[in-house]
Amino acid sequence: MRIIVCIKPVPDPKYAGREVLDETTKTLNRQDVPSVINPLDKHALEEALRLRERFGGEIVVVSMAPEASLPLLREALAMGADRMVVLSDRRFAGSDTLATASIIAAAVRSIGPFDLLLCGDETTDSGTAQVSPQIAELLGVPNLMHVSSVQVSDEKTFRVQSQIEDGYMIAELDPPMVLSVVKEINKPRYVTLMAILDGEQKEARVLTADDLILDEPWIGLEGSPTQIVDLMVPEKKTKAEMLQGDARAQAQTLADRLYRMGFCHG
Amino acid sequence: MAETQSECKLWVFVEQRKGKPAEVGIELLGKALNLAEDIGWKVGAVLLGHQVEKLADEILSYGVHEVIVADASGLAEYHNLAYVKVLERAIREHEPEVFLLGATTMGTDLGPRLAARLRTGLSAHCIDLELNDTGELLAVIPWSGGNSLGRISCPRTRPQMATINPGIFDMPPPGTVRGRIIYINGAVDQSDFGYRIVETHHQEAKPGDLETAEVIVVGGYGVGREENWHHIEDLAAMLHGAVGATRPPVDEGWAEGNQMVGQSGRTVYPRLYIGIGISGHMHHLVGIKKADLMVAINQDPNAAIFAHCDLGLVGDLKDIVPSLIESLKGYSQ
Ligand SMILES: Cc1cc2nc3c(=O)[nH]c(=O)nc-3n(C[C@H](O)[C@H](O)[C@H](O)COP(=O)(O)OP(=O)(O)OC[C@H]3O[C@@H](n4cnc5c(N)ncnc54)[C@H](O)[C@@H]3O)c2cc1C
Ligand SMILES: Nc1ncnc2c1ncn2[C@@H]1O[C@H](COP(=O)(O)O)[C@@H](O)[C@H]1O
Repeated sequence: MRIIVCIKPVPDPKYAGREVLDETTKTLNRQDVPSVINPLDKHALEEALRLRERFGGEIVVVSMAPEASLPLLREALAMGADRMVVLSDRRFAGSDTLATASIIAAAVRSIGPFDLLLCGDETTDSGTAQVSPQIAELLGVPNLMHVSSVQVSDEKTFRVQSQIEDGYMIAELDPPMVLSVVKEINKPRYVTLMAILDGEQKEARVLTADDLILDEPWIGLEGSPTQIVDLMVPEKKTKAEMLQGDARAQAQTLADRLYRMGFCHG
Repeated sequence: MAETQSECKLWVFVEQRKGKPAEVGIELLGKALNLAEDIGWKVGAVLLGHQVEKLADEILSYGVHEVIVADASGLAEYHNLAYVKVLERAIREHEPEVFLLGATTMGTDLGPRLAARLRTGLSAHCIDLELNDTGELLAVIPWSGGNSLGRISCPRTRPQMATINPGIFDMPPPGTVRGRIIYINGAVDQSDFGYRIVETHHQEAKPGDLETAEVIVVGGYGVGREENWHHIEDLAAMLHGAVGATRPPVDEGWAEGNQMVGQSGRTVYPRLYIGIGISGHMHHLVGIKKADLMVAINQDPNAAIFAHCDLGLVGDLKDIVPSLIESLKGYSQ
């Protein structure tokens, strides 16, 4: 079975809010915020590793990311992926979801036939949850989102549980397919020091726009159908009335107010 | 036979499962009618399914100009590829300028695939929409970092697409019927399904759910650790309210994913909101649509959330919350 896993480096969500917004360039200053692999993408990789344990085959990791994130992305190789393709080019900068999906789809085509392409349901930074269904569309294969379980009886039919608003559905489909996973699907493994050393030996290729057969008008900022117009600061309420005194006094004042507004029940 | 041409430039996808429309579809119709009126456009509700005549009539009562219906047995259940096929065909034929969907599990799956097939732009999880007099759609989304909102456009390609979070816009009142129903081609083959649905499970909404709660106590990352989370739950229980969370407690596993309030979570309209250990990011605040009283408890007097609240308490939540519960007990005896 050949499995492709799409992973993206994101600012560590633990530091959320500590980035500073540069008002003139509309970009985030992330200098001091360490990056991690998007948490859900690790769940996607974990699922791939489990399938390979049962069926054998190859796991290729694909990431569109600056070359500087290579050391971070190697964690995927340490977890057990066989090799990695990193898509890095200035011309990719500013890509929206459709442009990102076009670039990744081109890379996937260059890797060759696959059975399963796994993604996270969404990233913690842009969080659009759009890239994976768009990759599926551009590759012309079926997809399911919000996937919380994958069962494969033989290598032909996948039985997939996918969350919907008020419950879930179980669907069957045949490879190739794109599945986007939620965190309920599994618990990603920890990497040992040995695995990290192993990962150092594995192949990580950097590809640029010249290495891919691209739909040229659809990459980068220029090729993105959506554009950022401006940023605005929403109107605020007048600043809150701050209650006075120590914790106990403030709590008492709040309790009084809540009682008077009818929020206390017998 | 050629289809009746749609006169509507603004299309809203009204999703249904088992003949029941998702409320967000109706909410969007209300907003779309307001937006379109200013520039003299007409609004069409797009309905896909099987034997949905009754629902089409119901939707017509919200004052839309057209209900654009694809009714076919192959559309009885949602299969993304089949729905994309029918919508692509209709959009190429009728050329709407704008196509809106709810940011539901269906809308966020269908929207991106459809946009990719049409090679057009889709703004995700929007919290507001503007339409300027040249027919350009501006989609408003919370912007990462800083307390700002971004406006996104789709200048070169059509239709301009957006998914919008449920609960942002008010439901329009059903009024007089003025529109018509037009039928579009809903034909799909088995081979268009992509997957075979084996079974579906639906759970009933439980009381205490965030959407219906009068009182919501929301815990943030400032709660610090799982062992402290009971402070949030104790206070909520004391006030007979529901427990919500910002994203970090969900990531940490202190709270469930369906308790998250904000852009990627739920939109809520409690009478009372109490936010505890929350800094006040736009991603979270956009989820609180309205509340009679908003209270924040934070140890940092400069926390951004205080600029969006009615009452502020400064201090360690581990001191304030137990005191508050004590004081409230005094009133409920
Ligand atoms: C695309 C996208 C979508 C998102 N969607 C959502 C969403 O739907 N909902 C959501 O909530 N977030 C969402 N986020 C995350 C959001 O940007 C913020 O990271 C998050 O809301 C911050 O949560 P917080 O305020 O609890 O944590 P923090 O920002 O870490 O704030 C913690 C606060 O607790 C205070 N504190 C610490 N200790 C104590 C104590 N002992 N007593 C009292 N106060 C204390 C601190 O002063 C601080 O202000 C999203 C982000 C992205 C990028
Ligand atoms: N730059 C990228 N490189 C590789 N995979 C990506 C990239 N961006 C998004 N993805 C994949 O698409 C999923 C959804 O991302 P998003 O649409 O940004 O929420 C992620 O969890 C990844 O699996």
